[in-house]
Amino acid sequence: MSYHSRRCLRSLPTITAIVSCLLLALPFYASGQEPVTDSVPADTAVVIEAAPPTTVLSSDHKYDDGDQINLSWVPSIDETLKDSKVIGYKIYRAEDGGEFELLAEIPDVDTTNAYADQEVEHGHKYAYYVASVTETGEYASLETMPLEPEREWLDLNKAYLFIMALIISGAVIIYVETAKRGKELFVRKIAGLEAIDDAVGRATEMGRPVLFIPGIHDMDDVQTLAALTILGRVARTIADYDTKIFMPVSRSLVMTAARETIKSSYQAAGRPDAYNDDMVNYVTDEQFGYVAAVDGIMVREKPATVFLLGAFFAESLILAETGNSVGAIQIAGTARPAQLPFFIAACDFTLIGEELFAASAYLSGEPRQLGSLKGQDVGKAIAMVVIIGGVATATLAGAWQMGFAESIHGWLMEVFSTN
Amino acid sequence: MDHVSVWLGAFLTLGILSFLYKDNPWYKLCEAIFVGASAGYWVIVLWWDNLVGKFYEGVGDDPALWVGMILGVLMLVRLIPKVGWISRWPLAFIVGATSGFWMMNYLGSNIIEQVGATIMPLLSTQVGAGFDAGVWMILSRLVVFVGTFTGLVYFFFSKEHKGAFGTTARVGIFFIMITFGASFGYTVMSRMSLLIGRIDFILGDWLGLIN
Repeated sequence: MSYHSRRCLRSLPTITAIVSCLLLALPFYASGQEPVTDSVPADTAVVIEAAPPTTVLSSDHKYDDGDQINLSWVPSIDETLKDSKVIGYKIYRAEDGGEFELLAEIPDVDTTNAYADQEVEHGHKYAYYVASVTETGEYASLETMPLEPEREWLDLNKAYLFIMALIISGAVIIYVETAKRGKELFVRKIAGLEAIDDAVGRATEMGRPVLFIPGIHDMDDVQTLAALTILGRVARTIADYDTKIFMPVSRSLVMTAARETIKSSYQAAGRPDAYNDDMVNYVTDEQFGYVAAVDGIMVREKPATVFLLGAFFAESLILAETGNSVGAIQIAGTARPAQLPFFIAACDFTLIGEELFAASAYLSGEPRQLGSLKGQDVGKAIAMVVIIGGVATATLAGAWQMGFAESIHGWLMEVFSTN
Repeated sequence: MDHVSVWLGAFLTLGILSFLYKDNPWYKLCEAIFVGASAGYWVIVLWWDNLVGKFYEGVGDDPALWVGMILGVLMLVRLIPKVGWISRWPLAFIVGATSGFWMMNYLGSNIIEQVGATIMPLLSTQVGAGFDAGVWMILSRLVVFVGTFTGLVYFFFSKEHKGAFGTTARVGIFFIMITFGASFGYTVMSRMSLLIGRIDFILGDWLGLIN
């Protein structure tokens, strides 16, 4: 053994001690924390109370404007245990790679394992995770991949609605063309409309005006459109009989449209000179202000005939009763079920719902309008057949559990649903 | 100020109610105040909401409002007799767009949804459940089925209401009238609550006769 070798052997205990000290000090140096002790005190031990939910999936909601992402997950396995400590779930979301933030809390663990996030925007990416919640903590699932909600041009959920519209529109076109070729299309009598000529004639004989109230809605209500179509026919008769018409309205656009309608009718009757803009007056948009004014007009002008056609609300009975009190013959019509009873009680003739819309076709006898009415009847015929067939198959599938009936019923429910 | 508004409210309420006796100057005064004040109110609302909010300030934020602005200007063209006919264009747009919109809306709610809601098993609670429906459920579903079907028959205009078809239609109008009767009672009760509110104001807020 050489001199150098012996020196090394003598210094070995010292080197071992230094290395041992360095190794012991290394964790402290590396973490900047207190050295880890061999045992963890029992009161600080991590206790996992519940497993997190698994298989968290995010998917784009189909056929929308890119404003919804659907989230689903498999609930925590602990929910199957009797003493489950899961009291709910929390959903966290990160937008465009940012920090995760709490999006929603779902307290009902028994029935809910899905969530529709409707606070998203097309052009942004969203990642999610779901955490099981217990009284003392949260246990997070894995994060989903970032997902950008897509926009779709077509809502194919409404494909059957589109097909139905095509069938009815096709029927309308066929009937319109049939009527144009001179074939007579039958439409049954509608009592209220048969009375229009008599009612206007009565006003002429009595030398009193006709009052026409087109409801209190604007031109964006189809009932107002129907009322103005009937107004065209009424104004034509009034022009022929040289009677006075007065029409207070509560919407400026209705005033403009009504003036145009009456003007056209007077021109068609060959009496454009008899037309006057003052036949139609704007009163106010305020519902009961309008009613107060119309009631005043009724008792002062004492019209022989009152038409109440269009969209009516709480004012229906007030107007109809006042018209009745001045002895006017009244023809009313609306598609609002809550107001129809009042008209039926206080008016001489009432157009119920669909009859108001059928009125224009019936009165005019024009091929286009008659074709439209007949096309709508095709839609009603389809509805009647489907209701009978649907109820029959549902009953067979329900009570007798017949397989073919169940299939037909399932298909019908898919077709006759807009959701 | 509160005192004045209560007296004014009472004055106008009694003025309007005086119409129940007959038309009179008091009612005419209240009517004129009501119409004038409400028309003025709507002018201000439309000014700030539409002309200022959408026409003046809004078009910069929402390009779609330009369409409305142009249509609105075209409506005003009727003030110039020579080109007044142009004002029919915005009207035609509104009528056409409204018809198209409501057609699909009614088709969805009045036909598709209604038919879907009517298709129910008559003898069972649901498909595949067997004969488990109670008497009242069967009766209730029969009413919905028969009422909807016969109601549709009544509103079918292509066939005269004669024979079996006429009888079915009469059943339909029977259902409709029962519905109207129920609706009448319900709505009258809600109107009564409005009257009670006014009486409460007269006797309580104004006269202090009731608390």
